[in-house]
Amino acid sequence: MAVIRDVMPAFELFQPASIPDAQALLARYGGNAWVLAGGLDSMDWLKDRIKRPQAVIDLSGIAALRGIRARGEDLEIGAMTTLTELVNHPMVRERFAILTEAAEAAASPQIRNQGTIGGNVSQDTRCWYYRAGWSCYRASGNICYADTPQAINREHAILEADRCVAVNPSDTAPALIALDAQMVVRNGEKERVVPAEDYFIGPSIDITRMTVLQPGDLLTAIRIPATWAGARYYFEKIRDRNVWDFALVSVASAMVADADTIQRMRVVVNGVAARPLRLRAVEEAVRGKPRNEETAKAAAELAIEGAQPLKFNAYKVPLMRNLVKRAIRGTEVA
Amino acid sequence: MNLFFTWGRSPWGQQILQHISWDLFWASLFAGLAFFVAHASYMYLSPHRKRKAEETDAMEAARPDLPPKIVRHGGVARLFHWVMAAAMFTLLLTAFLPIVGIRFAWVAWHWTAGLVLAASILFHIVHASFWLDFKSIWVGPSDLPEMKAEILRELGHDVPGPKPGKYPLGNRLYHMAIVVAGLAVVASGLLMMKRVRTPLFTRDPYLLSDSTWGLTYVTHGLAGVALVGLVIAHIYFAIRPEKRWITRSMIFGRITRREYLEHHDPDRWVVSGR
Repeated sequence: MAVIRDVMPAFELFQPASIPDAQALLARYGGNAWVLAGGLDSMDWLKDRIKRPQAVIDLSGIAALRGIRARGEDLEIGAMTTLTELVNHPMVRERFAILTEAAEAAASPQIRNQGTIGGNVSQDTRCWYYRAGWSCYRASGNICYADTPQAINREHAILEADRCVAVNPSDTAPALIALDAQMVVRNGEKERVVPAEDYFIGPSIDITRMTVLQPGDLLTAIRIPATWAGARYYFEKIRDRNVWDFALVSVASAMVADADTIQRMRVVVNGVAARPLRLRAVEEAVRGKPRNEETAKAAAELAIEGAQPLKFNAYKVPLMRNLVKRAIRGTEVA
Repeated sequence: MNLFFTWGRSPWGQQILQHISWDLFWASLFAGLAFFVAHASYMYLSPHRKRKAEETDAMEAARPDLPPKIVRHGGVARLFHWVMAAAMFTLLLTAFLPIVGIRFAWVAWHWTAGLVLAASILFHIVHASFWLDFKSIWVGPSDLPEMKAEILRELGHDVPGPKPGKYPLGNRLYHMAIVVAGLAVVASGLLMMKRVRTPLFTRDPYLLSDSTWGLTYVTHGLAGVALVGLVIAHIYFAIRPEKRWITRSMIFGRITRREYLEHHDPDRWVVSGR
């Protein structure tokens, strides 16, 4: 593990009060800027002196980035809304309970008070080889230290590994994809809306980033359409201890069922690849099928197709299979 | 040195070579395009010599024994060339598009094209060794008089010096550069496949030491960026008006008797009569 040092490397600290001010700073510093949301991921990087940005842009003073607003039937969540605010919001709790559950599963109460939804979805991977500052693929090097015969890779990927085997650590990400959320990203005068599913990228597309955010980009809000409001949700996060831990594997699903027949469903797993994986094949397979043990079993087998465990993470395959099975049945019995 | 190479840190704290600086890609791209502009300008503005039509008429009249169409590249040789060209384009696009910001899952495409290139080169070596005139494409000290004559002709002088055999000097020099860059990129690329997951090899990132892996990646990168410039030059010459007869022959396989006599020394590339 990296040694946490007391003194961070020197950087310019900016605390803009508006989105345009933040964007101007991002444009000025480009790739040398570091966006600080809740700071829970950032402080590790800075204190370990692994990341040495020229400028840190603290978004905590921008009121426009906070809060949860109704947009007709939809919901818009400011990127700087804390996880606690999200958990306690009645509209989220009532209509998108899966997001409440996912946010509540993140870390500890203290961390949820500080951590933001924008930070939670945009945080970097927890692969300790990478976070120790070694020159791995993700750090622009030419090796993955976690995918070697001697590596400690219990928490790493079983799917979609492409040179790098790191996994996405976000708890809210699979829930947002299950809800078909839209990420609002601004860069200068331009605003683009990216489906949550496409917001996260794997190493085959870009091995050095976890999201589509490029230098200059700012995630300002997350919009949740009414499409899945009130659906049957399932969220489960498996971790080594019940608080303050990252998921080994998590599953989030939204299902619309007519009596016992599945009309439509979204299933997303995280902790198994560098991005949260939407299981489209499973969604297609269960459409129109009865919601029973047989369907759950078949879908679970389909979910793990192509899994390639590393030396120490083969347990993730049955874990993922069981979580998908539970998501379809909607119960925690394996 | 950071201008040319990227360095990293090993788990033991040692500085290790990782790969070339991607600025070299831009340098090679610029060099290729600069050559294109410079040569095109020179060819447009210079008094370089062009043979008079009457001279070629006379040569053609003197050799009525030659067939009107002469095979320059057989079907197998042309097939190799175009397969290699497709593989090379795929390799360059998959390698460099992500660097310029066009992101896609490129690795599997890249090593697949690399294997096609390696196989086609292997085939070419065997084919050229046993079925073609192996020596006709190589350059050596004995080609210096031809080089001198070619340079003087390009500078506008009317010199009687030696003409090329089957391949013009520029072709042969280009082939030499491609051999060096191509073999370097294929050899290093095959080694690098041991570092990624493929269905063909068991992945072994510890096959070489960190420093040797660094040299392998640097070799691959240097050869790759060199190929960017070489491919630009190749395409440029392929579309130049005075070289199109060569390009046509790489498509259709044949040149005319007139082109043969105009551009080649019949004593160095002997074509039997009808």
